[in-house]
Amino acid sequence: MTTKHITRKATHHVNQNEGLIFEKSSPGKAAWKLPPLDVPEVDPAKLLGKQERKDLGNMPEVSEIEIIRHFTRLSTWNYAIDLGMYPLGSCTMKYNPRVNEFVARVEGLANGHPYQAEKISQGALQIMKTLSDCLLEITGMDAITLQPAAGAQGELTGLLMVRAYHESRGNARKKILIPDSAHGTNPATAATVGYAVENLKSNDRGMVDVAALAAQMNEDVAALMVTNPNTLGVFEQEIHKIADLMHEKGGLLYMDGANMNALVGKARPGDFGVDVMHLNLHKTFSTPHGGGGPGSGPVAVKKILSPFLPTPAVITKPDGTLGFEYNRPQSVGRVRAFYGNFGMFIRALAYIFANGPDGLRQTTEDAVLNANYIRKGLEGIYDLPYSTPSMHEVVFSDKVQSKKGVKTMDLAKRLIDYGFHPYTTAFPLIVAGALMIEPTESEPKEELDLFIEAMKSIAEEVEEDPQFVLDAPHNTRISRLDETAAARKPVLRWKPEGKS
Amino acid sequence: MQQAIGIRSIDDLFSPIPAEYRLTRDLAVPRQMAESEIVDWFKQRAKENGEGYASFLGAGAYAHYRPVVIDALVQRGEFLTSYTPYQAEFAQGTLQAIFEFQTMISELTGMDLANASMYDGSTAAAEAVMMAVRVTGKNSAIVARNLHPEYREVLTTYATHQEIPLKTVGFADSGRIDLKELENAVGDDTACVLIQSPNFFGTIEDVEAIADVAHKRGALVIVSIAEAVSLGIVEPPRSADIVAMEAQSFGVPLGFGGPYCGVLATKDKFVRQMPGRLAGQTVDKNGKRGFVLTLATREQHIRREKATSNICTNQALVALMVNIFMTVYGKVGLRELAKQNLAKAAYAVDQFSQHAKVLFAGAPRFNEFVVQTSEDPRAIHSRLLEHKIVGGFPLKKFYPELGHAALWCCTELTTRSMIDKAIDLAVGPGAESDGSIQNVKAVEAEEVAR
Repeated sequence: MTTKHITRKATHHVNQNEGLIFEKSSPGKAAWKLPPLDVPEVDPAKLLGKQERKDLGNMPEVSEIEIIRHFTRLSTWNYAIDLGMYPLGSCTMKYNPRVNEFVARVEGLANGHPYQAEKISQGALQIMKTLSDCLLEITGMDAITLQPAAGAQGELTGLLMVRAYHESRGNARKKILIPDSAHGTNPATAATVGYAVENLKSNDRGMVDVAALAAQMNEDVAALMVTNPNTLGVFEQEIHKIADLMHEKGGLLYMDGANMNALVGKARPGDFGVDVMHLNLHKTFSTPHGGGGPGSGPVAVKKILSPFLPTPAVITKPDGTLGFEYNRPQSVGRVRAFYGNFGMFIRALAYIFANGPDGLRQTTEDAVLNANYIRKGLEGIYDLPYSTPSMHEVVFSDKVQSKKGVKTMDLAKRLIDYGFHPYTTAFPLIVAGALMIEPTESEPKEELDLFIEAMKSIAEEVEEDPQFVLDAPHNTRISRLDETAAARKPVLRWKPEGKS
Repeated sequence: MQQAIGIRSIDDLFSPIPAEYRLTRDLAVPRQMAESEIVDWFKQRAKENGEGYASFLGAGAYAHYRPVVIDALVQRGEFLTSYTPYQAEFAQGTLQAIFEFQTMISELTGMDLANASMYDGSTAAAEAVMMAVRVTGKNSAIVARNLHPEYREVLTTYATHQEIPLKTVGFADSGRIDLKELENAVGDDTACVLIQSPNFFGTIEDVEAIADVAHKRGALVIVSIAEAVSLGIVEPPRSADIVAMEAQSFGVPLGFGGPYCGVLATKDKFVRQMPGRLAGQTVDKNGKRGFVLTLATREQHIRREKATSNICTNQALVALMVNIFMTVYGKVGLRELAKQNLAKAAYAVDQFSQHAKVLFAGAPRFNEFVVQTSEDPRAIHSRLLEHKIVGGFPLKKFYPELGHAALWCCTELTTRSMIDKAIDLAVGPGAESDGSIQNVKAVEAEEVAR
């Protein structure tokens, strides 16, 4: 690497090696201690007979310091928001406030049993009620369920309600329209609910092609699933026309709320014609992604869909206390056990409290400002396939760099060396070689400048020495992994040597 | 920054939103609060939420001790604030942890492999049924009536639009699935038999006998495990084809019902029909061991409407809690922990038996049991609450045929004195001398338990 391209953000540091926990195990080591038994000992053989388990196989035996070191060492091999900007488009990797973690662990909330009586569950119910009210105000919708465990389950719940609505009117209809820029969960969900998927082309501005929609919309279409702003970070300016087209033919408008971080406090889906939408508390409302989950995917609906919300619903009883209502004859049923990812409700509500109306609005403004600052900084260096104004994220393509044989994924891998997590690669599908960048409001200007500098530097490297970029990452503890081999002959668990 | 972009005001950036849809007022949400106020508000809510009660509730959510290293480790920002490990070079910590999780779940369940997690035990069971339909090419499913009632509700929701007919099979006097009824129910179109063990009544099923019946007709056996600690001392369902587990017992807070940690485990030959993320071992350019998310062609971001499931986000951080818990207790500790659970429940059963009828004596149980009383259990429940005890879970709503019955649970955290006091107040001398006895009508109106 030429000295010119020394990264300002990251540097090398001694990094601990660490094997699998099973490789550190040996008999007699232990990290647990149980209190003395205060009831008579039992003989498992006598109580369980042939159902008694005698051997736990290859479970590890290790000491507490080894466990602490094991997971601490593993953790240092991860990148994280806490280390720097994490510009994954459509993932909204914003700061996860620590007060959220603190309040979620308060005794009484953390230890509440889902079946404890309602009269000793008023605190939990109040949290659910308050969060519901806030989310309804933010979305401009009429009713909500917090039950879905993640965005995709929110989609499922929403489409179940769409289906129940149409069935209640005598015809479930056959298909769901989905723009070609949509997340993969949208079509997968439609299939789960028993609907056929029909693709909807985007126009040359990256938006839903309203004329195409008008041509495709008919009485077989149950709903259109639209993400707004869409995955290009573009606001669907004709959203109300889209809603009207759907409604005229008796269809419904579903909004994937993945990109709600561009709208909170500035515009409300309920005001522009959306009938049903999900939110991702782990995106817009700052609950941590935790390496892939847990999420939480509340679904908000207009009045016409409220009879179909999952059971149970939180209600205020005649005596003023809160409770669960199970008797909902038109409900789509349950989508998971208990009431949802309650721990995420606490965190999301703490986030709303910490922001208030002013903070929520400013958050959105800063997120959009940051994305446009990056757009300005990299325009001309990376190809911008759609010049339509960006909201909270901006999508470039690798058109310029791919002439040298360097693709979006290669650029992404090189970005790792600069101390940044890559942007979202190769998505949305309507942009060949997409670089989808969402900085969120959390990033200060200094971090954005470092990112722009890194991206510019990589573009120069592509011109000077494309092979060097193709071989990236250079500074990670492992180089690019052989994913083909992993899939061809899957090794999905550890086994002791000599056993296959 | 505005200057750099070339805008005069922030509002310029929002001009793509048609003016009539722009919000020109403040959101009506609570005003901005200081951190100290936020903490106070939630502490107040905690006080209204059963803080300081002793509890005998189980029924799919279990109170076990959580070693403090769990929260110390999962709160490391590198785990807490990272995304799904798609960029493997930059996420080896998460990936190796998932690989270890998959290994330990496989060991404990007696299956060949496990995935990285599902939302919870209920959706894991529903996804397992859909997986069985894909594997067998048959389209109906049989469900045990002693499977957690809410899991059955979730399955119904999922199955309806997959057009998978569900048939329910009842339970025998032992509390176990009625084998005769099962034999009659299984047909050539049966894709799977879904049971729970220990089942909703705490009774351990004879999975082998069930598998014999199912496999004879080419149906798969799915075993749902809601109480993971049982795996420390109860033989895992090795003759099952899919295990659909709820791992909350392994170090996950009760948290009023979530987030928990579902997981699916199965046999090698079914892996390509398995939903959810999988971490696999591979090597880098220099031959160094590393881990990646693999077999992604099953998943929605590649296959879209043809994917095995629409699941994307899972329960990763909760799976890490489970992972650390399994590592802490390990090969010996898990058995000892399970043995304490067994002993506590056995003691409570003995004590209850002196005053009331403990149902389903004919089969082994783990840490839950059903007590039948002459008094309505909702009245008992209400009386115990006055003494800061949360009694067993009344079964009337889900199993009216059991009469005045409630499901009780004891774990290693249940002390002998708690058991003695609860039994005394529930069915012993304390029940009669207690002045707070209420009539059942009033109790029903109060909805003491769902």
